Amino acid sequence: MNIAAPSKSVEPGTVTTESIRLEATPAQAYLLRIGDTCLVHAQRLAEWSGHAPILEEDIALTNLALDLVGQARAVLTHVGAASGFDEDQLAFLRGERDFRNLTLVELPGRRGGRDFADTVLRNLLVAAWLHVLWSRLQASSDTEVAAIAGKAVKESRYHVAHAAEWVVRLGDGSDESTRRMRRAVERLWPYVAEMFEADAIDAQAEAAGLGPGRGALADEWHAIVDPVIADAGLQAPAAGAFRSTGTAGMHSEHLGYILAEMQSLQRSFPGGVW
Amino acid sequence: MLAIRPSQAGRVADAWRVLHDVPDPEVPAISVTELGIVRDVVAHADGLEIVVTPTYSGCPATEVIAQSIVDALEAAGLGPARIAHRRAPAWTTDWITPEGREKLRVYGIAPPGLCGTPAAGAATNVAPIRLIARDVPCPRCGSAQTERLSAFGSTACKALYRCIACREPFEHFKPI
Repeated sequence: MNIAAPSKSVEPGTVTTESIRLEATPAQAYLLRIGDTCLVHAQRLAEWSGHAPILEEDIALTNLALDLVGQARAVLTHVGAASGFDEDQLAFLRGERDFRNLTLVELPGRRGGRDFADTVLRNLLVAAWLHVLWSRLQASSDTEVAAIAGKAVKESRYHVAHAAEWVVRLGDGSDESTRRMRRAVERLWPYVAEMFEADAIDAQAEAAGLGPGRGALADEWHAIVDPVIADAGLQAPAAGAFRSTGTAGMHSEHLGYILAEMQSLQRSFPGGVW
Repeated sequence: MLAIRPSQAGRVADAWRVLHDVPDPEVPAISVTELGIVRDVVAHADGLEIVVTPTYSGCPATEVIAQSIVDALEAAGLGPARIAHRRAPAWTTDWITPEGREKLRVYGIAPPGLCGTPAAGAATNVAPIRLIARDVPCPRCGSAQTERLSAFGSTACKALYRCIACREPFEHFKPI
């Protein structure tokens, strides 16, 4: 494992800190996909703080973000313990290509001028994926991962329930809300394929008993999502050829902007705490 | 771990008594022991170890709770004390004591119903859209005629409800 120590800047606030470089093992890469998905999803949800359409939903979205940050912290801390980095270094000092989140969670939310409908739909798609994943990870051969999952699965149940309510409310709502939800489905559905396309890292995790390969999540995910989409009067588009590649470290143009904001404080004031 | 000597057993019992008066920072009506997050108190030769389990993954009160526990034990002359976090088994609202539930109700927070222990692997089979509790009695007037205003409240662990009978809004501690 090659670990480069983060550089020490001389003048806090004037120097941009160098990125750390984590040569992740397959097991670490597998876990970073989960932790990074939680982290970036949380960062997008936090953009709604003070801006959601109604106060109750403002509180809900930031509460969801809080759970997700907590889950990300636990996973990153665990990955870090085996690699010599702490959770903050992994979150704030990794470069864009070392993030392994699903591309879906980095797509624009409020900041990109995207519709609230996109956030509502994405919450369902991602919460269902994480819920199925956490459920399976309770049986992980890694006892710390199993413990993290045992806690997180209780939270993700609420996330799924909340998102499902909103998808139905807007999808089966007014002409305007229905139109917007349909557009969100068209925009986001091409990114669903990445949730279930297993690769060598999945295969190794599965063989080691660390956790399920992504291919194994599809049936349970559909069992949660399909009835909600049907209840909402929406229709999932037919599968296309497009494949997003965030879990392989190749991201959309949006992640860099998220990281620029999320990491700016630690990059400018290395090791800053409060 | 050393075998517990009589004096240490006394320290452990004293520590539990002190912890019974350490309030949860976000729901000060109940103590950390009534909340069920103190899982164990162990006497070591070099001090007490308090085993605490987190309520929610992202609960911002975790660090404050740890500090107030250590402070209270040291103020009672039982220090040094340290906190060990234990993640599994995951905390459940079923661990809130009957006394703690009654204190929540008197404080104006409808206590959580029991969620039981789900069978292994059963979690994904639960129809998630029907998760909302619809039988939360009003903590003030006891009426069952209540409705949910918001799935999330002032903290991650609570939802906001309204009593249709007495018209008062109230918080509900969500079962988890």
